[in-house]
Amino acid sequence: MYRKLRSQYQLLLMSVPCMVLLILFTYVPLWGWIMAFQDYSLSKGIAGSPFSGFSHFADLFRDDRFYLVLRNTLAMSGLSLATDFVGAIALALLLNEVRVRLFKRTVQTITYIPHFVSWVVMANIVLGSLSPDGGIVNDVLMKLGIIREPILFMSKGSWFWAIHTIAGFWKELGWSTIIYLAVLAGLNHDLYEAAEVDGAGRFQKMWHISIPGLMPTAALLLILATGNLINTGYESQFLLGNGLNIDYSQVLDLYALDYSFSIGDYSYGVAISVFKSAVSILLVVSVNMAARRFGGFKAF
Amino acid sequence: MRRRYGAADYAFETFNYVFLLLLGCLTLYPFLNLLAISLNDSIDSVRGGIYLWPRAFTLGNYRAIFQADNLVAATLVSLARTLLGTFLSVLFTTMLAYTISRRGFLFRKGFNLILILSMYVNGGLIPYYLLIKNLHLTNSFWVYIIPGLIGAFNVIIIRSYFEQLPEGLAESARIDGASDFAVLFRILVPLSAPVLATITLFVSVGHWNSWFDNYLFNSKQHLSTLQYELMKILLKSVQQVSTDAARSGKVDRAVANTLTPQSIRASMTILVTVPILFVYPFMQRYFIKGITVGALKE
Repeated sequence: MYRKLRSQYQLLLMSVPCMVLLILFTYVPLWGWIMAFQDYSLSKGIAGSPFSGFSHFADLFRDDRFYLVLRNTLAMSGLSLATDFVGAIALALLLNEVRVRLFKRTVQTITYIPHFVSWVVMANIVLGSLSPDGGIVNDVLMKLGIIREPILFMSKGSWFWAIHTIAGFWKELGWSTIIYLAVLAGLNHDLYEAAEVDGAGRFQKMWHISIPGLMPTAALLLILATGNLINTGYESQFLLGNGLNIDYSQVLDLYALDYSFSIGDYSYGVAISVFKSAVSILLVVSVNMAARRFGGFKAF
Repeated sequence: MRRRYGAADYAFETFNYVFLLLLGCLTLYPFLNLLAISLNDSIDSVRGGIYLWPRAFTLGNYRAIFQADNLVAATLVSLARTLLGTFLSVLFTTMLAYTISRRGFLFRKGFNLILILSMYVNGGLIPYYLLIKNLHLTNSFWVYIIPGLIGAFNVIIIRSYFEQLPEGLAESARIDGASDFAVLFRILVPLSAPVLATITLFVSVGHWNSWFDNYLFNSKQHLSTLQYELMKILLKSVQQVSTDAARSGKVDRAVANTLTPQSIRASMTILVTVPILFVYPFMQRYFIKGITVGALKE
């Protein structure tokens, strides 16, 4: 053992610092979960703060705002999951029918752009397009005579989910097709030729070969995405949200952040994070079990 | 082979090309619009009606941005974190991936498990924030670099790639007395251009686009990044929108001799987007391969 260790000192030199960093920044924060069971104060730290049992969780489940924020989190991630899933498959099928290679490549390259820009840039685009003075959306609607007065899109709380979903859809649509296009390109060409010999048209080939060919991958990706349903990002909501739509734009992470920093109640903020992680782990584990049964796939 | 083209086929073909063309335009339009606004005279833009082409062409907006000290400094910080952060991250990620791709490595299984589990655990924002604070990484440049040095998913993608290279390559070099460092950097790395290019692209775009760590950890102006500066301008004009809403009418926002927020936003957005546009199309061949290999294998 010792001799083996010595002979592998180079491998250790390469890996141990990396592992230390990885553990430090992903596992050590778990230690902070203790705060959820304390009345934590910054000055006393984890070691000195008194324990309070499950009181913060009891508060959490009595907190109306918490349910509101949980609703927003699940609604927004559910909406983007569904639109992205359907949109990516549809676009991949359409792109797959394009015979002019240059056209296909160009459309692909263009639709990848939004994936690579930051949410700050995205928010700029969204707020600019929806702006009441000079935003393209209001301009077009007014020119078409659909509305007389510009609409203040970002101040209508109940519209936030739709706006957020469309923005995310626009950003990730092209990128999400990559994997489906790869699967379509890998489908057996003999199948298509045999179908043609049998007299199948374009739509029949699409329906009987392309779509069934995509299904295993699609099912797998859908299952995995379901596991991450509660793990939405918060950047987009942070940037697009404002005081007027906060009842629809605030998500769990932002609520936790808000509680901890503006009210100074760190324990409550951590309790929210713990709840979120517990649900997420539960979802991921059950989803992986389902995936294993489904397609012999395993993540661990 | 005989191709059958019916009327439905032609209709579909036409619809398909038109639809995809529209989709492409819809994706490009916001960027072209911002470009036009950024090249249009700031005061003139307030009148609205700028779509694809500037009405009163000027480079004044860009000149003004480059004269603002805070923005020049922020550009340098963004460049520094992107270059240094990407280099170090790819270097460390590759080394870790190499070790856990070696069959004989003592801790291969253990490290692998820790790595994979790390993708599923998440301590949450507040514990993470307190950790960074306790490590005295707040208000420091290093908070941009160190915490994100190892990305578990990237390690796994590179590992998968290393594992599917012929094993004899590394073995024979080892027998000839080459060190692990030599095997990795002289033999494996040159063979792994597609996957390393992919990871480099992802990591560098991530660095360039990142602003939340800046917002959360670094309040000092000299550590401000370009994205964060853009975000601050954005928030300022959002407040403006709310006051617009309160007055429910147009407000004269253009003060003589100053740039309007709209123009600053447009030119800064173009400024932070252009570097990405210059890089990713050339990597497209690689990342499509990289992403599908990684995703389909795992």
